[in-house]
Amino acid sequence: MPTKNIAGKDVQVNEEGFMTNPAEWTKEIAVELAKEEGIPELTELHWKVIEFCRANAESTGAVPTLRTITTGSGVSTKDVFALFPKGPAKKVAKISGLGKPEGCV
Amino acid sequence: MKTFLILGAGTGGTMMANKLVKRLDPKEWKIILVDKDEVHYYQPGFLFLPFGYYKPEAVYKTKKQFVPAGVDFILSDIEMIEPEASQVKLTKNNEVIHYDQLLIATGTDIHPEEIDGMLDGWRKNIFDFYTFDGAMALRDFLKNFNSGRVVLNIKEMPIKCPVAPLEFLFLTDYYFTQRGIRNKVDLLLTTPLTGAFTKPVSSKLLGDVLQKKSIRTEAEFDVMEVDAAANIIRGYDGREFEYDLLISIPTNMGSNVIKRSGMGNELHFIPTNKETLRSEKYENVWVIGDATNLPASKAGSVVHYSAEILIENIMSALEGKPLTARFDGHSTCHIISGFNKSLLIDFSYEVEPLPGMYPFPVVGPFPLLKESWFNYLGKLSFKWIYWNIMLRGIPFPLPPEYSAAGKKQVTL
Repeated sequence: MPTKNIAGKDVQVNEEGFMTNPAEWTKEIAVELAKEEGIPELTELHWKVIEFCRANAESTGAVPTLRTITTGSGVSTKDVFALFPKGPAKKVAKISGLGKPEGCV
Repeated sequence: MKTFLILGAGTGGTMMANKLVKRLDPKEWKIILVDKDEVHYYQPGFLFLPFGYYKPEAVYKTKKQFVPAGVDFILSDIEMIEPEASQVKLTKNNEVIHYDQLLIATGTDIHPEEIDGMLDGWRKNIFDFYTFDGAMALRDFLKNFNSGRVVLNIKEMPIKCPVAPLEFLFLTDYYFTQRGIRNKVDLLLTTPLTGAFTKPVSSKLLGDVLQKKSIRTEAEFDVMEVDAAANIIRGYDGREFEYDLLISIPTNMGSNVIKRSGMGNELHFIPTNKETLRSEKYENVWVIGDATNLPASKAGSVVHYSAEILIENIMSALEGKPLTARFDGHSTCHIISGFNKSLLIDFSYEVEPLPGMYPFPVVGPFPLLKESWFNYLGKLSFKWIYWNIMLRGIPFPLPPEYSAAGKKQVTL
């Protein structure tokens, strides 16, 4: 498993740059990963979504789907797409250090 | 006398009623099966109705004829499930049934109202084929459709029978070819997935089939709204497409009674142990089929394979033994590709669909992820198998577990 230095910390990542151990995640890492995803600054609303996703993943053991995010975070679908353009579920998962969302067949 | 209550007489509920009646002691157990509808639809047949390849009467029978002797069938909607009190309230006569064991098999329904603006054009030039009425209305529309763009949109996953949208497009290509107007029809798939299908190998191979048939794919498309007045479908990322005919695969959700009873997740699917098929929350509640939140296909084959596991676990629980049977997410799906050919995929929770031969290595006779006439015969004969073997809970000569034999590893 490759490691990557993000915000001064060595963390495990997969070949697509998704962190594989959510426990290694920090807020500083999120800021750096967001920049890599083309989001220069994380606003309060961004954090609301990220924190929801972290909590949800911890309680369910699965990376949240877009439907889970929009139903549970209190942020509308339209806003989630505006905050994390193009594939928000995947993008939030990456920034939140949750690993790549697994699609079911 | 103890009560084993089954909610839903679709594929899962009917199959399990047939299995339970053979295993439970009638002196000790009363089995009750509840459903709100009298008609049992052969849902894989809905795919053929819009093109006139099946007559409507080929896809339905009465539910009662599959209810075995020894099972009480009650025709009623369900008002509420109260698992804390181990009871269910029916709408009919406000009857309350106390149960010792409960099996929930209430399935999934489509929700077109989840997409802004879609209902404005519903059954005008926007159709579904996941309901009998939808498939029949689409048949009437297609008869008079002579040129233009057909867009098929998938709103979000999970959906019942995830290969059905591809099959629909393959058959649409075949149908217009037969009518001699394929060159006047533009076919477009818009999907939230990253490609034609969910998993890498099958997505690539099925994507190739789409391309070969000149069916375009717009991937990672999340629909925001439908402008039915302008015949435009719009995505959150600004992409928009005009359509003359829109085929919608709307949001799939579990039954309303699951929502009312507060037993489901955000899509009203019930948290279910993916190996034992017991409810995550209640010891005496079991769940099968589309009503579950299993990370498996919502498909008849999954119901069939998991039923073999579920019956063993129910019997173990009733005897006070640990649950040892484990469902591995095994699924087998036919994918009709038109021109009297069909593909087949076979997979599990752990292993994605791969090419090869099924069920036996080398001799097959069914090739995996490849178009073949043999597979088509398999698909057509499946209707008979469904009515006569599957629903009656008769075991197949093939084991329910996934097998890697005959599958080829692929590097993309």
